Amino acid sequence: MLSARSLRVWSWLHKWSSLVCTLFMLLLCLTGLPLIFHHQIGAWLGTEVEAPALAADTPRVSLDRVMQVARQRFPAKGGMFVSQEPDDDKIWYVTLSDTPTSETDLMQVAVDARTGIALAEPKLDRGLMFVIYTLHVELFAGLAGKLFLGFMGLLMLVAVVSGVVLYAPFMRKLRFGEVRRDRSTRTRWLDLHNLLGIVTLTWAFVVGATGMINTWADLVVQYWRNDQMAEMVAPYRGEPPLKQLGSLEKAVAAARAREPGMKIGFIAFPGTAFSSEHHYGVFMRGAEPLTARLFKPVLVDAVTGEVTASRTPPWYLSALLLSQPLHFGDYAGAPMQWLWAVLDVITVIVLGSGLYLWLGKRRAPQRSTRPARAAQREVLP
Amino acid sequence: MKKPVSPAMALWGWPVVMAVLTAMGLFCGLWGDGPWDLLSWLGLGVPTVAALYFGLRGRTARR
Repeated sequence: MLSARSLRVWSWLHKWSSLVCTLFMLLLCLTGLPLIFHHQIGAWLGTEVEAPALAADTPRVSLDRVMQVARQRFPAKGGMFVSQEPDDDKIWYVTLSDTPTSETDLMQVAVDARTGIALAEPKLDRGLMFVIYTLHVELFAGLAGKLFLGFMGLLMLVAVVSGVVLYAPFMRKLRFGEVRRDRSTRTRWLDLHNLLGIVTLTWAFVVGATGMINTWADLVVQYWRNDQMAEMVAPYRGEPPLKQLGSLEKAVAAARAREPGMKIGFIAFPGTAFSSEHHYGVFMRGAEPLTARLFKPVLVDAVTGEVTASRTPPWYLSALLLSQPLHFGDYAGAPMQWLWAVLDVITVIVLGSGLYLWLGKRRAPQRSTRPARAAQREVLP
Repeated sequence: MKKPVSPAMALWGWPVVMAVLTAMGLFCGLWGDGPWDLLSWLGLGVPTVAALYFGLRGRTARR
């Protein structure tokens, strides 16, 4: 049983943590909803790249050829990343940029892995989904926007926890799932807020927490670079920058030979955040749902094409990588996407009803004289 | 004869079941494919359906 004092503290926490983050959480829920279905929406908008059907065992062209084809489109730019979707090895997505650390003016060319034909130039910095994505991730405010949203996520977690604590005094006389529809609108919404909040609690907490972790992605990767990457490439310290890159095909073949059971997730060119000045960073993924998320970096000398280091990612990078599916809901197939969508909408109702209850309390302060009602008001946000 | 349910169980029983099911659903899907996916949909589906069922239909007090 909560004492009157701790009840006041928890309700104060619940009120203010929710109030500060609610509008941002509503924005995140609304922009997150289409992002759950970004592949389907892309196919519908015609922005999703499709490779023509060919026999499954059609030989693959060399990655050097793929790079050549991509760079013909943008001769002034250099390679940044080459990647593949986890479930589709028919297409290479080549990202090109002015410098390896550029954040703007990135160009992408999708190249057919079997024929070496450029299929499309997916636009990375415009379009409806780009706007929705950037709003969701950083409010168009770069790292500051990400960290701000991460802080809002932290407040949301405080609101979830304090909400669970407050569930007890409200529900003591009610059965689970009971919504008093014969009472005032306010009571009905209060019951609904408690019901939907407690049932979706774990999902909201996990999605909120992993979302917050994702806002630290840039910082985590930076830390990993200074920590493990620096150790792995220590022998190359002080060497002059590369003038000419060696064969990418050879480098990737060496990485594949090192990790035979794994597939290519993405390849980072020398000088990017995911490699050193002298290496291709080849990030391999496993075949199981879990290991497919835990990229294993294989560093390959960008001139000789020999593997120089390969390490299982440290715990903090694993935590970041695992927090991605748990935030996106992009695993366990289409039913998972729909569950994510329904839970997202329920969260909107929890947020909206919370706001309604707070507004209602402000409009009608302490009208009730009945002690039970007064006690209830006490714990209301 | 039915044992009387303790107040704590009456209050927290179902919420804990929902929380455990959700956690199971979230992690089973990551752990494997096939039957693990089914477990995952079940784990996440039960709380979602419960929220929709009670939220839309409601259970007015019959006391």
